[in-house]
Amino acid sequence: MTRQRMGDRIATALLWAAGILILVILAAFLIRILGQGLPVLDWNFLTSKPRAMAAGGGIGPQLFNTFYITALSLLISLPIGVGAGIYMAEYAKPGRLTELIRLSTEALASVPSIVLGLFGMILFVNGMGWGFTIAGGALALSLLNLPVLVRVTEEAVRAVPQSYREASLGLGATRWQTIAKVILPSALPGILTGVTLVAGRAIGETAILIYTAGVTVSRHFPDPSLMAAGETLAVRIWAVKSEGLVPDADRIAAGTSALLVLVVLVFNFLLAAPLYWYRSRNSR
Amino acid sequence: MNRARFSDRIALYLLTFSAITVSLVIAAILVFVGKEGLLTFLDVNPIEFFFSPDWNPPAGRFGALPFFVGSVAATAIALLIGAPLGLAGAIFMAKISPGSMRTAMRQASNLFVGIPSVVYGYIGMTTLVPWVRDNLGGQGFGVLVAGVILAIMVLPTILGVSEDAIRSVDVALEEGSLGLGATRWQTIWGVILPAARPRILAGVILAFARAFGETTAVQMVIGNSPTVVRSLTAGTSTLTSQIIMEMGQTPPGSPWNRALFMMAFGLLVVSLIMILLVRWVSNRGVAK
Repeated sequence: MTRQRMGDRIATALLWAAGILILVILAAFLIRILGQGLPVLDWNFLTSKPRAMAAGGGIGPQLFNTFYITALSLLISLPIGVGAGIYMAEYAKPGRLTELIRLSTEALASVPSIVLGLFGMILFVNGMGWGFTIAGGALALSLLNLPVLVRVTEEAVRAVPQSYREASLGLGATRWQTIAKVILPSALPGILTGVTLVAGRAIGETAILIYTAGVTVSRHFPDPSLMAAGETLAVRIWAVKSEGLVPDADRIAAGTSALLVLVVLVFNFLLAAPLYWYRSRNSR
Repeated sequence: MNRARFSDRIALYLLTFSAITVSLVIAAILVFVGKEGLLTFLDVNPIEFFFSPDWNPPAGRFGALPFFVGSVAATAIALLIGAPLGLAGAIFMAKISPGSMRTAMRQASNLFVGIPSVVYGYIGMTTLVPWVRDNLGGQGFGVLVAGVILAIMVLPTILGVSEDAIRSVDVALEEGSLGLGATRWQTIWGVILPAARPRILAGVILAFARAFGETTAVQMVIGNSPTVVRSLTAGTSTLTSQIIMEMGQTPPGSPWNRALFMMAFGLLVVSLIMILLVRWVSNRGVAK
């Protein structure tokens, strides 16, 4: 065997090893998280209220807050993000303003989430005097969603064939009618994929929420008040492990971690399933 | 003006407004966080802030050097591990892997993105920290564990961007090289990787930005001791971890509070520089 072929063999073996190592790391993570946490998950843990000092508390309010804050943040960011994405794909002409908006979107996407949290704290917690609230957390969180929604919408709208636009405009429809009736329905699968992606990220976010929604929950459960404090599942893990006084912090953290990973698995399935369905329908 | 034309006009205004909102948001973040941070220098000498290793706010000493050093050290370790592993994984996915294994790796990459950072921190804290303490000595907490956890967290970024970059290299280049009798590895190393380099580099810069700004996962494994990094396994702190630890105990408007905001402004400036770098690197790749 020549030296070149020897080198090729060794490189191939090393690249295989890298691929396998990546899969092994993930498997080890999942086994560890689910192995520790699944035994903790039961109906009582998922629905009962937390305890500050004693063992045996649950995560009911945090579970509620997680989905409540995520939904509110989407409610705020979705119209603006989709609107901006449509503007960038359909209206923006090459020029300074377009370039500025594009740069802003990229910049906002790269802002560390702790900075978004502090910005939310200045504005809502101190500026408006709300204190730690679900509303403040949702508003700050919507800043995390916004750039992703803009990018995903722009890509999805651009992917709609030009002939659709021409046909609609040729039939005498206005530009907005074309967008609302023709382009958006065709771009919807792409936009929905983006929404799933954004929701998945929002559910696991901590750094934005610690200083906007806070690390406590309302005395009532469930409490849909926007002005209640809104600790989420991910923040709960952080709080019990870094400053908590509960004696069973490890049980709570392990169970909540497993729950969050299960949610991630479900979201990934939701993300993958429409694509598989779409592909299998189109390949027929 | 009829109704259809009227709503057409309104829609244009609303869409333009949405787009401009994005620019207003980033401008507002720069102004608010920047103002709060820069006010630090009313009470603190900038030279002390950036170059003194002495952080003792109750005593009026605001040297933030340990946190800048800690952030750079943890991020550097993350890239030293994550970049080669991610690049090797990407080459494997693009050129070597059988299809089923490629699908598995894509799914794995998506799951890595989806796992919340607090869960990474929790696993690091309960698995890696004790392991390092027992096998390598020290406290366990420190930049080594933080770097390893961050390396796993930036893997999907490097995998995704590098695989795209490698796939987008013109097939003719590859066939030419193989046709001249080069082995697969010689082709990858000598032809494909140089052609894909600008975009791979852009991916590594994005990974740097992500690791530098990561908060919760790092805070849980870094040890939270405000001293300059002494060893891989001794407790230290980063910009993000220090902010999250101390923000809750400082009154708004105090020098301590403002110093933390100045650290956040530092994070913001670094992330904006990274975005400009990514643009510069990618444009250079296109111009060639």
